[in-house]
Amino acid sequence: MTGYEEILRELLAILKTFAKPGQTLQEETDLVADLGLDSLRVMKLVVEVEDRFDISIPINTLPNIRTIRDFAVQLEQLLGEGH
Amino acid sequence: MGIFDKLQPLAAARRALAEKGVKSINVTMEEVLSPTEAVINGRRTILVGTNNYLGLTFDAGCIQAACKALQEQGTGTTGSRMANGTFAGHVALERELAEFFGCRGAIVFSTGYVANLGMLSALAQPGDVILLDADCHASIYDGCRLGGAEVIRFRHNDVSDLEKRLRRLGDRAANALILVEGIYSMLGDRAPLKEIAAVKRQYGACLLVDEAHSVGVLGNRGRGLAEEVGVEESVDFIVGTFSKSLGAIGGFAVSNHPELELIRYASRPYIFTASPSPSTIASTRTALQILRTRSELRTRLWENARRLYQRLSELNFRLGPEVSPIVAVRLPNPEEAIFLWNGLLERGVYVNLVLPPATPDGGALLRCSVSAGHTPEQVDRICEAFTSLRETAQTAQTIGTVTSPPARGGSV
Repeated sequence: MTGYEEILRELLAILKTFAKPGQTLQEETDLVADLGLDSLRVMKLVVEVEDRFDISIPINTLPNIRTIRDFAVQLEQLLGEGH
Repeated sequence: MGIFDKLQPLAAARRALAEKGVKSINVTMEEVLSPTEAVINGRRTILVGTNNYLGLTFDAGCIQAACKALQEQGTGTTGSRMANGTFAGHVALERELAEFFGCRGAIVFSTGYVANLGMLSALAQPGDVILLDADCHASIYDGCRLGGAEVIRFRHNDVSDLEKRLRRLGDRAANALILVEGIYSMLGDRAPLKEIAAVKRQYGACLLVDEAHSVGVLGNRGRGLAEEVGVEESVDFIVGTFSKSLGAIGGFAVSNHPELELIRYASRPYIFTASPSPSTIASTRTALQILRTRSELRTRLWENARRLYQRLSELNFRLGPEVSPIVAVRLPNPEEAIFLWNGLLERGVYVNLVLPPATPDGGALLRCSVSAGHTPEQVDRICEAFTSLRETAQTAQTIGTVTSPPARGGSV
């Protein structure tokens, strides 16, 4: 099972391509308020993360994800459950 | 945050659209002249965005049946199917739908939207898992949400992605519900249903196909894509609508599973809304008879679809991936779509303007839907309007006066 720190590192690497130029990404970074992701870009991000971790992320879980930390915690849980 | 604050982004979006020349993306049909013509902005206009695939909204038999029901049974049922809203006509239509699809049972719902809400909310609940094509209609997403099942999207029409996600589910795959559409409403492309049915059988999952845009359009008997590709035995549920090929309003589900009958008792959108009016049921029953017996309407529909698709292809418009009664002109940004949409309306042609985020890829669409009711001359006039706009836009671009130049190598 992949640990939180490793998940976070991978997630940050993916999110770099979604960030504004020069933007610093932290666990507290808000995906919508700080990165300005609209619904289409959120779904693009989800698909990239699913491919990277070889999991399916139920769309019901998305409303609970606001920050990068929320996302990493959700991924840790899903990877533990075997999605 | 005030209760109305969340609506402010919509007000801003409307202002932005108004600045680009769109007062409203809705138009008012001031007078409806036929299945393919109406008066809009005081101008006689050809309708190419109505989903009226067989052109039955003005069929004399359908109107006569509706009038008779109206006089004999009144204007409405004033109640739910579960209470006082099941008339003999509703039961007869369910019998006729089941017979038409060769299924054990059918349920009539009040709209197509409600049919998806009613079926999905009752079928898939917390603890269940749904796999849906990413491009599925909003009613499918909303039905999933109402039921509370875990919802996983797979890439549009990507069977290997679906298979991968079923594999990830392990033992849960056998209880998964797969949701796809026969013809997708925005681009007019079909699901790879034969392959999806094979994957469904491999994993023992359930398969529901929304044939809203394919009933009356595909299949030798007009039953939809499942009939067209010969996989009806593998489809557990078909959902559809009366508001497209059948020219009225309402929805239905058919299935061979005896449990379909129990859905009535588990489906809040079935129980807690009024049933379709008697006149609606009467015209739908007549339209279903016409759909079954007049295959020449389907032939004419496809002739028109091929004609429009080919002519717009020749004009180098970027279209949906295959010929279909839904001919989607794909544009890279809203500005171009609005420019063309306004120009078409000024030339007496109405199509659907579809802007992000309602579009599959974030672009913009001019969504045309052709009808068996269109004459070849009308299709020619539609194509002439596009041709004239294409020439205008090219000239304008040459001299650099296009109101809103395309951001990324536009197709106009």
